[in-house]
Amino acid sequence: MNMPDLAKLIFGRLTLEAIPYHEPILIGTFVAVAIGGIALLALITKHKLWGYLWSEWFTSIDHKKIGIMYMVLGIVMLLRGFSDAIMMRAQQAIAFNGNPGFLPPHHYDQIFTAHGVIMIFFVAMPLVTGLMNYVVPLQIGARDVAFPFLNNFSFWMTVAGAMLVMASLFVGEFARTGWLAYPPLSGLAQSPDVGVDYYIWSLQVAGVGTTLSGINLIATIVKMRAPGMSMMKMPIFTWTSLCTNVLIVAAFPVLTAVLVLLSLDRYVGTNFFTNDFGGNAMMYVNLIWIWGHPEVYILVLPVFGVFSEVTSTFSRKRLFGYASMVYATVVITVLSYLVWLHHFFTMGSGASVNSFFGITTMIISIPTGAKIFNWLFTMYRGRIKFDVPMLWTVGFMVTFVIGGMTGVMLAVPPADFLLHNSLFLIAHFHNVIIGGVIFGLFAGINYWFPKAFGYRLDPFWGKVSFWFWLVGFWVAFMPLYVLGFMGVTRRMNHFEDPSLQIWFQIAAFGAFLIALGIGAFLVQLWVSYKRRDELRDVTGDPWHGRTLEWSTSSPPPEYNFAFTPVIHDTDAWWDMKERNAGRRLEGYLPIHMPKNTGAGIILAGLAFVFGFAMIWHMFLVAGLAFVALIVTAIGHTFNYKRDYHIPADVVARTEAARTEELAAHV
Amino acid sequence: MSDMHATPSAAVADQDVEFWMSKDHHPANGTLLGFWIYLMSDCLIFACLFATYGVLGRSYAGGPSGADLFDLPLVAVNTTMLLLSSITYGFAVLEMQKNRRGTMMAWLIVTGLFGAAFLGIELFEFAHLIHEGAGPQRSAFLSSFFTLVGTHGLHVTFGIIWLITLLFQVGRFGLTPANKRRIMCLSMFWHFLDVVWVGVFTFVYLMGVLP
Amino acid sequence: MKMLRGLLVPALALLLSGCDAVLLSPSGDIARQQRDLIIISVVLMLIIIVPVIVMILAFAWKYRESNKAAHAEYDPDWNHSTVLELLIWSAPLLIIIALGAVTWTSTHKLDPYRPVDQIDHARALAPNTKPLVVEVVALDWKWLFLYPEQGIATVNEMAAPVDRPIEFHITASTVMNAFFVPSLAGMIYAMPGMETKLNAVMNKTGDFEGISANYSGAGFSDMRFRFHSLSDADFQAWVAKAKASGTALGREDYLKLEQPSEKEPVHYYASVAPGLYNAILNRCVESNRMCMSDMMALDAQGGQGIVGTYNVTSLDAATRSRVGIADDKRYVGALCVASNAGGQPMTPAGRPL
Repeated sequence: MNMPDLAKLIFGRLTLEAIPYHEPILIGTFVAVAIGGIALLALITKHKLWGYLWSEWFTSIDHKKIGIMYMVLGIVMLLRGFSDAIMMRAQQAIAFNGNPGFLPPHHYDQIFTAHGVIMIFFVAMPLVTGLMNYVVPLQIGARDVAFPFLNNFSFWMTVAGAMLVMASLFVGEFARTGWLAYPPLSGLAQSPDVGVDYYIWSLQVAGVGTTLSGINLIATIVKMRAPGMSMMKMPIFTWTSLCTNVLIVAAFPVLTAVLVLLSLDRYVGTNFFTNDFGGNAMMYVNLIWIWGHPEVYILVLPVFGVFSEVTSTFSRKRLFGYASMVYATVVITVLSYLVWLHHFFTMGSGASVNSFFGITTMIISIPTGAKIFNWLFTMYRGRIKFDVPMLWTVGFMVTFVIGGMTGVMLAVPPADFLLHNSLFLIAHFHNVIIGGVIFGLFAGINYWFPKAFGYRLDPFWGKVSFWFWLVGFWVAFMPLYVLGFMGVTRRMNHFEDPSLQIWFQIAAFGAFLIALGIGAFLVQLWVSYKRRDELRDVTGDPWHGRTLEWSTSSPPPEYNFAFTPVIHDTDAWWDMKERNAGRRLEGYLPIHMPKNTGAGIILAGLAFVFGFAMIWHMFLVAGLAFVALIVTAIGHTFNYKRDYHIPADVVARTEAARTEELAAHV
Repeated sequence: MSDMHATPSAAVADQDVEFWMSKDHHPANGTLLGFWIYLMSDCLIFACLFATYGVLGRSYAGGPSGADLFDLPLVAVNTTMLLLSSITYGFAVLEMQKNRRGTMMAWLIVTGLFGAAFLGIELFEFAHLIHEGAGPQRSAFLSSFFTLVGTHGLHVTFGIIWLITLLFQVGRFGLTPANKRRIMCLSMFWHFLDVVWVGVFTFVYLMGVLP
Repeated sequence: MKMLRGLLVPALALLLSGCDAVLLSPSGDIARQQRDLIIISVVLMLIIIVPVIVMILAFAWKYRESNKAAHAEYDPDWNHSTVLELLIWSAPLLIIIALGAVTWTSTHKLDPYRPVDQIDHARALAPNTKPLVVEVVALDWKWLFLYPEQGIATVNEMAAPVDRPIEFHITASTVMNAFFVPSLAGMIYAMPGMETKLNAVMNKTGDFEGISANYSGAGFSDMRFRFHSLSDADFQAWVAKAKASGTALGREDYLKLEQPSEKEPVHYYASVAPGLYNAILNRCVESNRMCMSDMMALDAQGGQGIVGTYNVTSLDAATRSRVGIADDKRYVGALCVASNAGGQPMTPAGRPL
């Protein structure tokens, strides 16, 4: 075998040409990332943190640590996704009057695709999953999730997917198809290079993690609730998490299937979505939206839960209409499967089909409206403390109803014929995703941070961040609504009509304000860390909470609860406080806990290698990685000793320390 | 509201109400439920492939149709193999419940052999089709046919790998609760594949040769 | 909270200043009705949205902790009211019933496939008015317009007489686009191998913009065309100009034109090869390629059997080099229809067609 053949066997179509030397922006980013990365690695090495990170975090199967790692992943990816956003805003603000801007279509088209993919899959999903992972077991009085190892594996698969997207920045390129990669544009004939393959494999690898974590949390919520917690006594965040995970398990397989079909078209030469030999691209559009619409609710339902917890905690009142809140959530869950076609009314379905899907879409606004009213009447006759989480909640309520209204406008098919694919649509879904999901995540982060780290986040910088985000959002997206009415389509690289430019400049300014909001959030993290002694939460219950997570210490011990709580009320912890339940201080028993394992990170690492090799057609490497994956997985099943007991005296000592600390701070 | 604040208080007002369990809490094991939910998610993948076949299954692109290609007697033999393997798996589970390790393992081996025979016949069928030029690239019908049937076959392959692994584990560690749970999970998986195959046989093969 | 209100006012001002935007002041009757629908739906929803926003801000303000006056009202266990719950479910329900009724009727009335039934809200359509048929093909990355009645074709420019209904037949060559003239009517996708239709009428003369409203690849941003709405006489003159200045659009010319290009200038074609649009729609511009309509007819009969397996071909090398196509794309070959002894056409498999 001669050299080129050997190189092809090992490296597939990967050559040195795949490194984008000629793109100054990418080289600059690469240098910055490399320097930052080396500095970080050096720092970790210098402080001898590798062993600590490996044994306490990377291999941890503690749902709390995995939850925190998900949040870190989401925040890191937010920085990447947002830099894409600000580059797009800058490009559109200057590309007028024959000025091509600084991003040629080849680069710009990758950026808007990557922005969508990253923000949905690697920012919103990890942040939402992280919150659920951290909070749900605590809220239901459990010691961990149902399948702790699977939880660790799911997390690392999400990281592997994110790493594949990041790799596309410096090796090869990302898809230039838009975030849903519609064929025929994403087919082999129109997109022969590696971009779409990066798209496919990063989503497939991360998708495995998402589906498994969905299964895990359903089993956790169904099987592991503390005694006395009937379904209608579950905290509302747990309810919305349950519905979200049902949606995940019922939606992500569709994404997996449709991406498999697309990859068969690209790798094997089948004809599912091609123009010839009987293929039908409309099939792809239908299937991907059967996943895609529930995905929207996967993101927004948990934050509805966050807002419910925050509103009732900071209004110091029971949640108004608990039962109707639960029914509303379930109704949304079911209806979210009956609306997918509203994403393509303009495909030319008949009027009856279009109006059916238009009306089902509008019906979703009824339970959503009921939720808004429930929060409203929770505030009514309350005693509202405007801490940072509550500020985000009020900001959300005002912003979200506008987003809901524009959403219903788009659900009227003939109106959608005018507004579809326009910047009005972009403004609408950013209005609900930023105004809903992101605001809710910040509310949740500010709310649960003291539980996770034992000190509150600095309120001043929290408020700065909130106001920059809120004002920034309105300044960035109101112009997009206007531009939508001016007939401007999304994904444009440059413009001819000079009268549009001012609106794009306002929007770019808004994006800059949001950048300050993100900066203020990072400052908030740093300042809070510096002031952690002043902000310390000793009680474990800094906000006078209502649900069980506030009954344990901040941060909770690895076993969460020394004794499993018994539930008598929906607001279990509030009830305990009302009835002076106190802590139980004797009769500790050894606690049965799962053991850490490195199998998850190793498997996910192999999945990354497999995905990368498939993208570059390195089939030999891919085959080896796949075999290694199977062998490692089988090897892991031979490990039967997956748990251990925390001895009773260790529990007693931990709890005694807490008793002392509480006594010192009465 | 500071009076509402949780401070440890030895005085428990409501003496008869228990707020903290004195005994160890053993939540029900979620493995079977979790595995069942996984199967349903897998079922959705098959649902998508069936739907795709439903849409594209008559797009022959001027090429051959199911009626031209399918060899029903062969597929009937194949179906029999899989159905028999499900029955023998059932026997294995019965033996497991009686804690008879040897006979259980024997039935599992028989199950695996039937599964392998099924796969062998399927691969022969695929090779024959591709040899005739009717590979998955020729038409949307063939693409969706190969993908649906092939995905099922891939599942059977992993089922067999799992089965062999379990044989080793039972042989080495015995019929421990963990191993019994795994045998039950594989049992659900195996019967699930059987049910899916009944769908494939009906919708793809039988309805495919109808005029 | 003041700041929130301070935000809403400029936001509304922004929206109002957008009123000269093309979607809000359209020139075609269909776009006008669609615009009206946007306004109706907004007004219907504002009935509930405005009170909700007012209540959010009012409750947040009134029940804040520092407002000692409201402390008397504090009721930590108040969490249910049957009347209120009925109200909060039924109020949105009523709005949605109203909006749903509007949606059902308007979606049927404004179905793009339905011929227009009025020139504008004041003028009825004369009976037996024949719409102007325009066949639209979205190419990479330009628009081709074919006028079967006039026998001409144009690239990146179209014209139509004012107040005459237009019936667009829309398809594409390789990827999905959306045909959109914002001041005329809503958009509809242009998809390869498929035909969508759009019926519309323009009520003002003038020069309007048309775009592709669905991202289709590198040249997408420049995939624009001008839509000239002309008086009848001007339209005739425009057709005459196309006939005088243009060349012929044959099948090979089309294959050349189909190759990707960006910022394509306007061209006129004085004549068009017969059946070209149908050949484009059915993906059989190449002479040795099977039309999709034929393929679907064959498939409905059960395909061509095992023999049909090998009926895959590509464009011959000579034509490819003449037209400038690099790759030898494979496709199903056209059939030379043979006759059997009885004179009926036969497939290669020997089955009657």
